[in-house]
Formats: sequence, structure tokens, C-alpha cells
Amino acid sequence: MTDDLTIEGLTVSFDGFVAVDHVDLTVDAGDLRFLIGPNGAGKTTLIDAVSGLVPATGSARFGDRELLGSKVHRIARHGVGRTFQTATVFEQLTVLQNLDIAAGAGRSVRTLLRRRRDTPAAVADALDTIGLTGLADAPAGILAHGQKQWLEIGMLLVQDARLLMLDEPVAGMSSQEKTQTGRLLQRISGDRTVVVVEHDMDFMRSFARSVTVLHAGKVLSAGTVAEVQADPRVQEVYLGPGHRSAEAAAIVLGKDVT
Amino acid sequence: MTTFTTRMLRSRYSVGLGFLAAAVVLFVVAPAVLSDFRLGLLAKYLCFAMVAVGIGLAWGRGGMLTLGQGVFFGIGAYLMAMHLKLADAGPGETPDFMALISSDGPPWWWEPFRSPAVTVVAILVLPALLATLLGLATFRRRVRGAYFAILSQALAAAFAILLIGNPATTGGSTGLNNFVGFLGFSLRDPANRLMLYFLAAGVLLGMLVIIRQLMVSRYGELLVACRDAEERVRFLGYDPATVKTVAFAVAAVTAAVGGALFVPIVGIISPNDVGVVPSIGFLIGVAIGGRTTLAGPVLGAIAVAWAGTTLSEQFPSGWTYVQGLLFMLVIAFLPGGVASLVAIRRRRGTAPGPELAPTKGGKST
Repeated sequence: MTDDLTIEGLTVSFDGFVAVDHVDLTVDAGDLRFLIGPNGAGKTTLIDAVSGLVPATGSARFGDRELLGSKVHRIARHGVGRTFQTATVFEQLTVLQNLDIAAGAGRSVRTLLRRRRDTPAAVADALDTIGLTGLADAPAGILAHGQKQWLEIGMLLVQDARLLMLDEPVAGMSSQEKTQTGRLLQRISGDRTVVVVEHDMDFMRSFARSVTVLHAGKVLSAGTVAEVQADPRVQEVYLGPGHRSAEAAAIVLGKDVT
Repeated sequence: MTTFTTRMLRSRYSVGLGFLAAAVVLFVVAPAVLSDFRLGLLAKYLCFAMVAVGIGLAWGRGGMLTLGQGVFFGIGAYLMAMHLKLADAGPGETPDFMALISSDGPPWWWEPFRSPAVTVVAILVLPALLATLLGLATFRRRVRGAYFAILSQALAAAFAILLIGNPATTGGSTGLNNFVGFLGFSLRDPANRLMLYFLAAGVLLGMLVIIRQLMVSRYGELLVACRDAEERVRFLGYDPATVKTVAFAVAAVTAAVGGALFVPIVGIISPNDVGVVPSIGFLIGVAIGGRTTLAGPVLGAIAVAWAGTTLSEQFPSGWTYVQGLLFMLVIAFLPGGVASLVAIRRRRGTAPGPELAPTKGGKST
């Protein structure tokens, strides 16, 4: 079974307002795809629809399984994980407990009613991957903002999500934390399919393997970072009509615009 | 704070000692020190404590503010009362209060409870079933917080009204009373009343063992996660409705068992014991004792009930005000209950540094 995300004709409307308008989008297995676009472009709504949070029409398939119409926890069990703009971890529980819960959706009643005696291998691996092994027994509430985001990514790893959808994972991080997060994402994509909603263009340019630009609920452009940056329609959306100078585009979209 | 509480629960040594101490107090000290009358009162408080243990799990760990535990307490109590009335009347006979009203005999839904086995099973199963249905119906629709509290309270009110409205089958507002025997033993005999007290104490300790296991298990961690970030749990692939329903059903069963033992111990059950006011009363001890802990709700419930009896002996109407005031003070100034004071003291006493630092050796100053 391939882990491609195939979205066809996806439409989300709220009381007549069309937030996502017939979007077609394919993310290949193992890709690290960035979704960018101005505010209100429908980026977050798109991953809300795929993860089952908002009702949508059209089709969103992960592998060969249709996701639309299923309940949130069923979609999650099918290997689709996501994070939110504000990191949501269980603050009263320790880092280890957070990860252990994330790893346990398929546990039997008997296992659930027992005490956790050791650290499951997947949890230990994830602790190592996200660099929080030293803080395993700390309550998640005391973690720094960046560490909480990493913990969330770690929870997706132990949850065994094969499609990870991250909503602005580096918002509010220091540049060092951003670099660490980018490397982490590069490491875990390949085995898994990763979709990142992001406003941070520097971060996007440094780490994206492919990019899709959304604007007003529609796909405006897609391709590699360089292709998207060179697209005049993208420059127009970000800079406004009539601002087609390469210098101005470089300020917003990055320095290597040709 | 909960992480600290969990860790406290983890230290098996102190928990084992705590259980031992509780057993000694309940089985040795209390019967030696207290008069028969006071011991009977303590037995009644233990029944309230059983309700409190369940509320501690559902409210403290699961975040469900259950303002309607009177319903489950009442179901357990009335099932037991029906059995006692039928047993007192004798095989095939009609309970005394029914015979006064009509000569038709007991209604069909009374008949199964002539059997003590059926009664005991029903006391355990019916509340669990009702709580499961209610839980799934409400939690699936994501009813929570104040809405769930109001719903559960309305249920308690409806239950009391239903009882009052059917005097021919439930005894109406006077309820069911005048029980003579309990499983063949005379309730007038002080030795049997002592046995009832021991039964209540044993059942309560058993419940504490089960609830503690639930709290320290992976399920217990999951329940806290549902309390703190229900949506997040959903995105991890769990259905929080199921997780919460289990805790709610367990709380319903502990309340029902408390109700069932309340009947032979106190000798009466009436709508006044199961309506809105007693339902809130169950909560007060839990809040004061510390709802997220294991021992807090038990000690709180016993202390509040004890204080209530003692104070109303002195000032008949004053207790209600004191109770209300205590509740407000705890909610406003000590949301973790008295248990949080103990936690703070321990933290100061053992680990002067940050909480994460492991304490090495025994050189505490």
C-alpha cells in the first residue's frame, strides 16, 4: 500500500463562504510538502478537512482509503496525524506519559488496565529522535514552546502516523530551534509523508522538498521551491498587482528569485 | 499538581502503609472506641464515602462534574429496599405499605427482587448500564462542563419526582422503611449491625483498591489526558467518549453499592436522600478532601458527614450554612482541596530543590 495523499475536488464551505474550493492536490509518499499562501487561503481548513475536523465534499484518499466522512479518531487510527497552531500536549502528564498515550490507541483493555512498567521501544526511539530523553519524567507543562512542538511531533511518530500534517510548527521558535525542527522533519519524511502549513518563508525555502501555494481556497501554483518562487502569479498574490520586480519578490519570497 | 499526586500514588510503600492504617482504624480502633450508635453513624458515612470515591475518579480524574450521583445512589438503595421489603413480607406475600393501599400485590417489576442474588446483580449492573447509555449519549455529542453538570442534576431532580409520584410502588415521599431483616439476619440485633459496619468497611477498602488500580493504570493516564485536552486525545486515535463513559459507569456502580448498603444500615430510603440536595452534598466532601486524589474524597466525605451530624446536634439549622460556606471557601481558595496542603508540605519537607531533581541519599536537613 502506498502512502500517497490524493485530494480531488475538495470543497469546504461555511454557511455559503467557500474556504476551500475544488482543490486537487497529490502528495507523494515520503514527500515533505509545504502549503503556503496568504492569510485566509484555506491552508489550515484543508488539513482540518483531511483530518476529519470539518465536513467537506470531494475526495481525500490516503493510500487507498477515503478519509472524508470518517470520524476524527478513525482517521487517526488509519495513520493520519496532525498538530495544531498552538501546541496541545497533556500538561499535567510527563513527557513519557504523553508519548505512551500517543502510542496506545490500539491497546487492549487488559493492557490499559495495567500499570506501565517500562518504556515501550517506540517511545524510547521517539524520545531520542525529538531530543527529549533527558526530560522524559518532566511534566509536559514546564517544557519550552519549541520543546512542546517537538513533543507533539514525537507523539505523531509513536502514534505511527504515516501522514503527518503540521500546522505552523515553527511559529514562535528561535532560529536555532527552527533549524533543529527542519532537520527533524527532513529526517522523518522519507519514511512518512509530511505536509507542513507554514508562513515562515525562510523556513520553507530551507527545508521544503515541494511546495503548493493556496490562494482564496484554490491551488495557485505547485512545484519545487524555485519553480514556485519564479511563478509570476505567486509574486502577484504576495506583492499585489503591478509589483513584479524581482527585487521586491526577493524580499518576500527569498533571495534566489530569478 | 496531578503529576505530583500520581507520583505520590506510585510510591507503593506509603500506599501500602496507608491501606494498612485505614484497615486498622476501621476494623480495630473504631469498634473499640465508638459506641454502637456512633459506629452505626460511621457505617452510614462509609456509604457516602463510596459515592465519593467514584466522584473522585469521574470528576477529579475525568473532569466530569457529576451533580446527579443521587440517581445511582438511589437506584442501588431502592433495589436493596425493595428486596428487604419483599423478604420481610415472606414468599409470595405483599410488602406492608403496599397492602395498605391496594390488594393487587406487588407490580411485576418488583417480583425479580425477591431473590437476593438477582438484587445484588441488579445493583451492580443496572447503574452501570444506565451510566453507559447516558455517557455515550452525552459524551458522543460532546456535552461537557457545565452542560453535563446541569443535565446530571436535572436527572436527579426527575428521579426524585418520579419516586414521589408513585407512592403505591415506591412509597412516595416517605420512601421505604421499617426493615426487619437483612439476608436472613435480624437488623435489631447489635451483633448483626456490627457485621453490617464491617461489611461497609470491607467494601469501601475493596473499592479503594480497584479505583487506585484504575488511577495508576494506563487507563488512568488516558483519563487525565481526556480531562485536560479532549480534542488532542481524539487526534491520537482514541474515542474520548468511551474513555469517559467507563469512569462515569464505575462512579455509578460505587454510588449504587453505597446506596444499597445505606438501606440496611440507616433503615430508610426516601426521595430526600437521592434528590438534588444530597447529590450536591456528595460533591462537597470530595471537593474539600481533594478531588484528584484517592484518599481525599473518602476522608472529605466522612469528615463532612461527621461534622454535619455533630453540628446539627448543637445547632439544628446551622449546618447547612456552614456546609455552603466551606464549599465556597474551598472552591475559591483551595481548589485542590485539603490534599493539596499535604502535597505542598511534603514537597517542602523532602525536596528543597526543583521538583525534577532526584533526591540522593537520606541526608535531608
